[in-house]
Parts: sequence; C-alpha cells; structure tokens
Amino acid sequence: MAPHDIRRPFKRPAISDQQRRRELSLQRQAQQRRDAQQQVRCLASSVLSLQFPTHETELEPLPESFHEHEAQLGTKPEEESEPRSGDLDVRQASKLRGAEARKWFARQLMLPEWMIDVPDRLSEDWYVLARPAGKRCFVVSSNGTTVSRLRNGSILHHFPSALPAGARTRDVSGSVQSYCILDCIFHELDQTYYVIDMVCWRGYSLYDCTAEFRFFWLNSKLAETGACDPPSRYHKFRFSTIPVYNCDQSGFYEAYTVAVPYVKDGLLFYNKHAHYQSGNTPLVLVWKDENCSQYVIDTDNKGQIPTQQQVS
Amino acid sequence: MAMDITQFLLAAQSADARIRSEAEASLRQFQEQNLPQFLLSLSLELANNNKPAESRRLAGILLKNSLDAKDAARKDHLVQQWLGTDISIKSQIKDLLLSTLGSSVSEAGHTSAQVIAKIASIEIPKKQWPELIGSLLNNMTQQGSSATIWNISMAGGTCLGLVARTVGDPIVPLVMPFVESNISKPNWHNREAATYAFGSILEGPSVEKLSPMVHSGLGFLLNAMRDEHNQVRDTTAWSLSRIFEFLHSPASGFSVISAENLPRVVAVLLESINDAPNVSEKVCGAIYNLVQGYEDAGPASSMISPYLTEIITRLLATADRMDGSDSKLRSAAYETLNEVVRCSNITETSQIIGQLLPVIMNKLAQTLELQIVSSDDREKQGDLQASLCGVLQVIIQKLSSTDETKPIILQAADQIMISFLRVFACHSSTVHEEAMLAIGALAYATGPVFEKYMSELYRFLEMGLQNFEEYQVCAITVGVVGDICRALDDKILPYCDQIMNLLIKNLQSDELHRSVKPPIFSCFGDIALAIGEHFERYIPSALQIMQAAAELCARMDTSDEEFMDYGNQLRRSIFEAYSGILQGFKNARPEVMLSYAQHLLQFVELVFRDRQRDESVTKAAVAVMGDLADALGPNTKLLFKDCTFCAEFLFECLQSDDEQLKQTAAWTQGMIGRVMVS
Repeated sequence: MAPHDIRRPFKRPAISDQQRRRELSLQRQAQQRRDAQQQVRCLASSVLSLQFPTHETELEPLPESFHEHEAQLGTKPEEESEPRSGDLDVRQASKLRGAEARKWFARQLMLPEWMIDVPDRLSEDWYVLARPAGKRCFVVSSNGTTVSRLRNGSILHHFPSALPAGARTRDVSGSVQSYCILDCIFHELDQTYYVIDMVCWRGYSLYDCTAEFRFFWLNSKLAETGACDPPSRYHKFRFSTIPVYNCDQSGFYEAYTVAVPYVKDGLLFYNKHAHYQSGNTPLVLVWKDENCSQYVIDTDNKGQIPTQQQVS
Repeated sequence: MAMDITQFLLAAQSADARIRSEAEASLRQFQEQNLPQFLLSLSLELANNNKPAESRRLAGILLKNSLDAKDAARKDHLVQQWLGTDISIKSQIKDLLLSTLGSSVSEAGHTSAQVIAKIASIEIPKKQWPELIGSLLNNMTQQGSSATIWNISMAGGTCLGLVARTVGDPIVPLVMPFVESNISKPNWHNREAATYAFGSILEGPSVEKLSPMVHSGLGFLLNAMRDEHNQVRDTTAWSLSRIFEFLHSPASGFSVISAENLPRVVAVLLESINDAPNVSEKVCGAIYNLVQGYEDAGPASSMISPYLTEIITRLLATADRMDGSDSKLRSAAYETLNEVVRCSNITETSQIIGQLLPVIMNKLAQTLELQIVSSDDREKQGDLQASLCGVLQVIIQKLSSTDETKPIILQAADQIMISFLRVFACHSSTVHEEAMLAIGALAYATGPVFEKYMSELYRFLEMGLQNFEEYQVCAITVGVVGDICRALDDKILPYCDQIMNLLIKNLQSDELHRSVKPPIFSCFGDIALAIGEHFERYIPSALQIMQAAAELCARMDTSDEEFMDYGNQLRRSIFEAYSGILQGFKNARPEVMLSYAQHLLQFVELVFRDRQRDESVTKAAVAVMGDLADALGPNTKLLFKDCTFCAEFLFECLQSDDEQLKQTAAWTQGMIGRVMVS
C-alpha cells in the first residue's frame, strides 16, 4: 500500500490568492484614479449610475435655531472659511463659503450675447423661450439646504426646498453625491424661481450635455421632486419650468405672444446642440422689443439706466 | 540515420552571436532537408537522461514549434507536414516521448507531455493514436512505491490533462469507459486512478459534452468523500473542485449545481473539511471554486447566502487547526475565506461580514502577543499576520462598497489602523505588503478623516518607499500614496516634500526594479491633483524625469514582447502624470505648464503612430490632449492649429467600440474646439 503522504502534488493548486488580491487592488486604484480625473474634467463618472432613491421619508422638525436663521434671510452673515486651493469641481464648489464661493460662482453662469444677426438654421437648431424678469442666479441644493447666488456670487436666499438634498429630512442615507445646481431667475412678484437651465442633477453633471438633453431632463425630473409645488414648511420658494419652443415660425410666435404668469424680459434663444458653457457665449442669445419686455434696455433695481449695458 | 544533434543544440544557445547563427542555420538546413530524421533526432535527445538539460530543453522547444504555431495558416501547414511524415518514424517518435514521460528529470517529462499533447490534438480526432489514452490511463494505475513508478503515474495524469485541453470533446468517450469500470473496484489504486482521470478531462471538452456525465457523476463523487482510503478522498475532493471550476457558472447561465443538490454539496464539503489535512486542503479549494461561481451572478448568488455563516465558521475552525504540519492548510483556509467574502451578496450578508470583522481583528491582536523564541516562530507569526491582513483587506473593501455598510468600517477604522501600525513593527516584507494593501482600502473607505492617522503612518510609508530590495512592497506603497491623495486631497500637503523627494530619488536610481517606475509616474498625477498649484515647486525635477522617460519610450522597441507590457505601462503612466498636473493647475496657474506643452504633444503623436499600443494607453493619450486644451486654453491655439495628427487620432477614437474611449474623445474634441474658436 502506498505511503499515506504520497499525493499528487502536481495537481494545479486551486488557489493563488495573493496575486489575485494584488491585481484586484491595482484595478481598483486605476479605476479610482480615472474617476478622480473624470470628475475634474466635469465628465460624469464612469461608475455613476442614475439611481433615484424612492423611499419615502418622514420630515424631521427643524431645530429652533434654524427658524431664527429663516427670519433673517437676506441678512445672513457670510461665514468665513479656510481658503480652498487647487481645482474645484462642482461637488466641491457646492460646499464653498465666503469669498471663495463668490469667486467661483461669479465665473460659472452662462451669459447670452445680444442677438444682432439671425443665426443660420434658426428653425432647425434653436429653441426660444420667454425670459422672466428678475434676478439671474445659480441655485445649489446640497447637504440639506438650498442656496441661491447672484451673478456676482453673493447669496440671494438660503432656504429649505424640495429639491434633492435641499432640506434637512431624515433621509441621511442619500449619497454624498446628491446635489443639484440649477440656473434660475428669481421673479419677485410671485416669489418663484423660474428654472431656465439645469447644470447638475442628483450629482450627475450635465455640463457635457446638449441643451436639448438638459431641457428634456429638466422638464422630466424637476416636477418629480415636488419642487414645483406651492411653498410649505420645508419648501420656502416654489420652482417652475418655462415653456420652451422650437424656434420655427409658430414656436417663435408662441413665445412672443403667449400669456405667462410672470413679467417678460425679452426672448432667449438656445442652440440645441450647445453644452453649458461658463461666461459669454454666442450659442445663447437674447432679444428684446417693447412687446416682449418691460425694459427694452437694462435698468438697475431702482429703474435707472446704468452707464453700461450688460446682459444678465 | 540520426545525427548527433547535441552539439548543434548547445551551440545554438551560445553567447557568441556568430556561433549561434551558424548552429541555427545548420539546424534549419537539417529540418528542411530531412524533416522526419530531424524530428527523430530531437526526440532521441529529449529521451536521453544522459544528455545535458540545455540541449534537451531546446530539443523540446523545436519539437513543439514543429507541431504548432500561433498563426493559423502556419499551423495548418505544420499539421499537414506531420500527417505526411513516414508512419514508422512517427511511431518511433511517439514511443520515445511516452518513455520520457516518467523521466527522473521532471523538466524532460513535462516537456514530453506537452509534445504528446500537441501530437494528440492532431492524431486523436483522426483516430490515429488509439493506444495513447489507454497507455496514459494504465500509467496512472501503476502500483508500487518506487520513485520511477510514481513518476510515471503522475506524469500520466498531467499528460492526460494536457491532451484533454488540446483534443477537447473526442477525449471523453476514450476515457469514460476506464472511469466507469474502475471507479468501484476493490483496489484503491483503481478507484483513485479513475477519479483522477475523471477530474483531468473536465477542462477542454465542451460543457455540452461533459454535462451529462458530470450530472450523474456528481452524486457518486459526493459519496466517495467517505471512501475508506485517504488518497481516494483526496483525489475526489480535487475532482469536485474541478467540477466547480469548469462546470459551475451561474453568471453565464449554466451550472451543475442546482437548488436541489446544493444543500447536499455544502453538507458534504463541511463534513469533509474536518478530514486529514491533505483532504481538508482540497476541500477548501472546492469551496473556493464553489463560491466563486456565484460572484456577480445576480439573483443566483442568493442561493449560497444561507450557507455562508456555517461555511465561514468551519473555515475559521480549519485555520485554527494545530495538525496542519506546514501552514498550507491554514493559508488555504484563509484564502478561501477571502473568496467567500469577496463573492458574497452584500445586501444579504452584511451582518455576517460585519461580525467577521472583529473576529479577525482579535486574531490579529493575538498574533502580537505570541511568544517568539526562534526564527521559525517569527516566520509562522509573519505568515499568520499576512493571512489575517489579507482577510481584513477583503472585508474592508467589501463593506465599503455600499453606503449601508460603509459606517461599519468607519466605526472600526481607528481600531483597524492601530492593529496595522502594530503589525508593521514585525519585520516580514510579506506582512508589510498585505498591511499596506489593506491600508489603501481603508484610506478609500474613510476619506478625509484618514488624515488623523498620517502622523503615525508616515514613517512606514517612508520605509516602504525606500525598500528597493523588496520592490513589490515599494510598488504597493506607491499605490497606497495615491489612495491617500484621493482620500485626503490637499491635506496631504505637509508630507509632499518628503514624498516627492523619495519618489524622484527612486526614479533616478539604477537599483530600483523598473516595474516600480510606472506606478511612481501615476502617483505624480495623484499628488498633483490633490495639491493643485502647490505642485509648482516640483515641476522642474518631475517634468525633467517625465520628459526623459518619454524619450526612453521613443527609443524602446515595443515590438519586443519582453518590453511590450512595460512600454505600455510606462507610456500610460506618463500621460496620467501629465493629466493630473495639468488638471491640478487648471484653475490656478496653468501657464506654469506652457513650456512643456509642445514636448507632450510630440510624445502623444509618437504614441499615436505606434499601431501596437494598448487600449489603456490610447485612452490616456487622448485624455491628456484634452487636458492640455482644457488647462492651457487659448495659449494652445497655435499648437493645435499646427497639429496634423490630432484630427486623425480623434477620428480613430470616435469610431471605437469602447464607450469610455468615445466619450473621452468627444470631450477632448470639445476642448480643442473651444480653444480653436477663442
């Protein structure tokens, strides 16, 4: 009988785990490096998936101190923060405070040019909408609160809203990635934020998407959240979309003449294929006459005409 | 008449190039003028135990190359040549090969097995070597305890496995009769040989061909785990492991394991894991392959979840056994445990794995209390610690993979880190490697709060970065620095001077193994992304080395297989360094990088022109082009205007099937477009 310990040692061992773990670690690191670089390029991460948490949550009563803040809205003192260095992506920017925030946001808005010539293929490649009068701003919801910032970066309002991550609810399991950035005009008369563009939604960056896609996304997703509902305890200002038309003859006519719940301030034209671009761009145009605008030329808050015309 | 080929075979490996090429020419001439005698001479050489190992080795290689080729047309030609060769010569060759199988020089035996497999893949489908399988199976059943007989027996099994892989389906009807007639014989040798033959042919033939016999054989094998003879049980466990490896893939929609038989399979495995150490080790292998089949298998992975608690308990108990004379059983148990954690369905098993964490941490703490009196003790302690760090690494990664379970890691992070820091005090490099890997996973899991560990951890990072001798440790430490950069962001700034100093010194050293250099370049990118404009002080030295490395790539012959992998890694990592630096400076002082832009673009063009480049290199190259445009803006307008290859490159990438590549190329195109209209 063969000795007990003679085996078949050349049978391929089933496991060689250490090498495997090393390789898996390398793959993980490479993926994370890619993700970090993609974020800085404002590309949606390759592992970001469009998951929308659907669980209902109980709203927690806000602490007393928050109500005091609310009463002081508009005069809320700026918090100073340690200066941030290096590059900022939108996720980091949403957490900014103070001077850094002003600097960053001041650069971000997409600013239309005056329409001087009619663009080529106007009816095929362009949208038109009636622009509301009011204050142009970015609205950022993240970490349980919503902040709107004017073009110079200063804060307009700081409030709870029904936007994702826009108010303190018990839903703390929401991913760190859940933040939104909307390009809006705040209309004083009906105290409504009219949303004219969507830059980020639930952590998903739309910088790299065409206007066509952004408007489609805006129109399907905003209402889902209850942000278009009338104001309530945890939703201080109502949001609203604006009708957007293809810029063919009938669409143009609609935008020009349609009755809207806000005071018009000219017409905005968006090139359908354009991405969201910070600063001035010829791919968004504005046009006014007496019929579609209360102020044919820009006036400041007191109704005085400034020495320099600037599109807002 | 066979010529004495030995001298020519030895000369063909001479250091002297002239001697070498003369010998190669003679051999080639022999081959062209008299192929049958050429092959016969080589076989005689391989079969002769008195010939030097070097000539036998080359003889084997030349034989293999006469029967097989990567190029399909050439392979066809070789097959026809063999089929056309004189029958009696072929017969002599085959006999010589068979006789070499059991050679006391195992390399020769292994080589002859490979040559046999190649001939078999030609002849068996044409039924031209009917006695081969029979004689292999016969060899496997040889009884007795002499070394020669045992060698023959083992070699027969290896050869059978190789033949199965090359021949495929036709082997099944040649082997199964042997299996069926021997599997129940009273003599344990027969049963063992039959089981081994069965297990050997599971790789190669198609799933369709194997599935009927495996379905009926599975129950039989499970019973055989109670065979009276240890060796039969050992080989049975191994065969089960092979079944799970090759015929159990729920992710692809096929498995011999069903909801009906899974309970019995698990029960048998968990009973036999208590068997003698050799059997227990094979059972661990079977469990490893069993759970691996359920990885990423969607709903099917829930099938194994109910059994995991018990499996983990048994594996831990097995690892604690005192009777494994070497630590092989313990390693096998922990490695199987790793696979169980890795492949489990986290939504169903979060509690189990969460409870496993403190158990492993306790064990690790215990190893630090062990009495060390001899170097043997120290070695054992090191092995155990390495295994436990490996388990912790896998647990950390698994639990940090979902938001629901991440808090478990965050809560335990302090404790975990303390354990690792204490483990570093023990000097084994394997332990350092494992602990470092786990620390990298922890950094990713904890993010910015990892900062509090840096003051204690830094000296070990430094140690790892300076470890030239054990370059794997060095490479892994570099990778972990990258993980820490992503976790800490600019909080890593206080350590950057020292780290960059070490990294640059490493790149300048001739002693450091070249495989560490690509990770170092990637790390430059990681650091730059984290600290942004603060990277400026490192620019002169870092960029100088990056440019030098780029030039090295230009001179490298990437068609040489040995350099191909390294060349690809190096090029990709240089691009990653540039990308990180450019993006890091984007919002602050991009003009710092302006003077390096042209050299970089030239390097991109060089890489673009290399048709052999790897996908990952292409992605990194097209991304860095976009980063140039994005970061330096209008300053690159002239550069891109003069760039003729850019459009071609973008065009190629936009046609690709790879979504990621297309997306990146579209982004780059947009960035360059913005520059051109500015």
